[in-house]
Amino acid sequence: MTAPRSAPAPHATRVEELQARIRGMQATRLETKAVPTHPAFADVLPGGTLREGTVVQVEGSMTLLMALLAGPSAGGAWAAVVGMPEFGVEAASRFGIALERLVLVPDPGAQWLAVSAALVDVMPVVAVRPATRVSPAEASRLQARLRQRGTTLLVAGAWPGSDARLGLEASEWHGIDRGHGNLVDREVVVNAAGRGEFARHARSRLRLPGRSLEFAPVPAGPGPAEPVLAPAAASAPIPPRSVAPELPAPVSIVPRPIAIGLVGQARRRAG
Amino acid sequence: MNADLGRTIVLWCPDWPVHAVRHELGIDPSAAIALIEGGLVFACSEGARRQGVLRGLKLREAQLRSPELIVHDYDAALDVRVFEPVVRRIEQIVPGVQVVRPGTLAMRARGPARYYGSEQAAASALLATTAELGLVDVGIGVADGPFAAEQAARATRAGTPATVEPAGSGAASAPPSVKIVAPGASAVFIAPLSVSLVADPRTTTLLNRLGVHTLGQFAALPEVDVRRRFGAAGAFAHDRASGREQARVLARTPPPEFEVEQHFEPPLDRIDQLAFAFRIGAEEFIQRMRAVRLVCTGLRVEIDDERGGHSSRSWLHPRWFTPADVIDRVRWQLQGAGTADTGLASPIVRLRVIPERVDSTGNHEEGLWGGAPDERVHHGLTRVQSMLGHDAVVTASVGGGRMLADRQVLVPWGDRAPAPARADDAPWPGSLPALAPASVFRDRLPVALLDARGAVVTIDDRGAISSPPERFAVGEALAATPTTRSRTRDGFGAAPVRAWAGPWPVVERWWDPEHAKRVHRFQIVDDDGCAWLLVRDAEGWWAEARYD
Repeated sequence: MTAPRSAPAPHATRVEELQARIRGMQATRLETKAVPTHPAFADVLPGGTLREGTVVQVEGSMTLLMALLAGPSAGGAWAAVVGMPEFGVEAASRFGIALERLVLVPDPGAQWLAVSAALVDVMPVVAVRPATRVSPAEASRLQARLRQRGTTLLVAGAWPGSDARLGLEASEWHGIDRGHGNLVDREVVVNAAGRGEFARHARSRLRLPGRSLEFAPVPAGPGPAEPVLAPAAASAPIPPRSVAPELPAPVSIVPRPIAIGLVGQARRRAG
Repeated sequence: MNADLGRTIVLWCPDWPVHAVRHELGIDPSAAIALIEGGLVFACSEGARRQGVLRGLKLREAQLRSPELIVHDYDAALDVRVFEPVVRRIEQIVPGVQVVRPGTLAMRARGPARYYGSEQAAASALLATTAELGLVDVGIGVADGPFAAEQAARATRAGTPATVEPAGSGAASAPPSVKIVAPGASAVFIAPLSVSLVADPRTTTLLNRLGVHTLGQFAALPEVDVRRRFGAAGAFAHDRASGREQARVLARTPPPEFEVEQHFEPPLDRIDQLAFAFRIGAEEFIQRMRAVRLVCTGLRVEIDDERGGHSSRSWLHPRWFTPADVIDRVRWQLQGAGTADTGLASPIVRLRVIPERVDSTGNHEEGLWGGAPDERVHHGLTRVQSMLGHDAVVTASVGGGRMLADRQVLVPWGDRAPAPARADDAPWPGSLPALAPASVFRDRLPVALLDARGAVVTIDDRGAISSPPERFAVGEALAATPTTRSRTRDGFGAAPVRAWAGPWPVVERWWDPEHAKRVHRFQIVDDDGCAWLLVRDAEGWWAEARYD
């Protein structure tokens, strides 16, 4: 949890913040528990945490994805990364992901959905990049399984009916100039949009990563922070820009029968 | 001392390590082979010896003497493994065998001599058996005590190196590969041999300085004086040198046999057929171990195909093997990256599964309240592995190296991480600072880095850039968002470079023309605020990684 703010916030904001913290600590819905998340996300995520059984789209930044994985992983949870051959292991370990509890499936190919479904059963956090487009029916079947198992699914790409979307709005590297210096730290604006608690369009400035490879919110106030971001904000939850590649163009829209079989099976078991 | 009790037969296979490697890798027997340990030649084949390669020679010197020398690392475990079938076969005809070392067996002579009629007949029977196993170059020595017998066995070859003939043909009448030293004559037989055979190098030097060069001279020294001067070890050596060896053959207890072997007639050419046919074998394999309260945590699968191909590989299991796991390993070994219904290049005639590591079931008992959560993880991952293949599910660790791809070590789930060939904590001059890129491309992406006039930026031999980079584009192969966005931006399809730093040279293994690498690294921040790690090599610019 964040340290209490010293600056007197307006009344409504204060109430909202306190409510968010209460939500973070207790289950509001049935069987929905908070997943320990990196403290830097206190302002981005409602209650500062991810929820079990939800699908969160993470767009355009591997570092953001790693930052979301780092909290649960440091808390002792296993994590799986599916379909991302370029996942930088060294960066992950420097950012606080425990490599001994990290499993990679770099090339699941067309079976990525079946593989994710199998991993969702045993891993509390699964990150996946869909190789093909997901039909809403498949997505909802997998989501039922997520809720049953209490797993959080982070999706780097499109997902019908996701609970939240996180993305980078701006990214600025420090320490490098035209011909000298080197990359040292980066300030980004992360925005979050989605359903339910995410509906409030949180945006916040984070160091991703900071000078000593940590994640931290950028203290608001001095510096060129606020004025730059002000105008772009409200209407579009996530602008179409993104910094990193999304999924490659979807090739096959025909759903995989095997995936349906597996997911369907789980649902029967659940029922 | 009762001479009869001391009579010993020693069966000696010359150059056993070389033979084992030849057997495993299927190398031509006449080729010159050397096995290296610690940079020195540990063992070499007859072919290599003819060209002047000797044990203890430096590798470079050996290669100088024999340019076509085939060099392998010495693997002690392989020696033992290949020798095991030989020991088992010998145990069938002569009980009570001691494995002195892989390649050398000792057994008491009394029993076999009485059974086969004479020591000579027993030796012939042994030779016939080894000939069946394909070992033609075997020496057998019979003498008082294991030491003398071994020297006798070695003498069969040392004396007549050129006339050693296949044992099968010469077994009938006093073949040259048998040397029998009459009872009581052992001391005389070993007398001309060098004293270094019984004493350690330091003592040998000392004895040589004292004028004692042969075992006979050593044996002539008064026993009491030797004991006083050289202690128990010296007395032991003295006993050996004078043919009064106290050591007796200590027969090994044959270990229980767990391995399963299945022959297929007619040969099977489909993996699913093979997996089905081996189901019973796998069950039996696990069941036999379970009966003596053992679980298998590592095994070796050996597969022979019709064309004479041989595939052998060890598999480890993070917990223990079930019959289904054993079948999975066989499948994975055959199919590689293919699917289960892939046809095989050549039909399989023989399948053998050998346990390599076993453990007591007590260490693997489930807790009263069920297993640990990790167990569930393991089951889930095993399921994914059976979907995609063994190598598809990996765990990662950080290794050493300069290039980013070298620094991530991926190990299939269930295998043990290999001993790091490159240490992570070594300084690695030229590697990147602490901030590591989040996306490391497996295959580097071609990029274009252009200066203000649209020419490609180059780096000269002194590491200076031709002109500052202004625009940057990632190759079409990337199919990534930044490119599609920026393609429309100007004529080159290139986005402006916001900031850049470099070049930072990385020079690796310049002394080795095959692996030498000389590249320059650049960090670039593009117009979107995304940072890239670029590499310039002889062929052009590449994106090695991205900080995103």
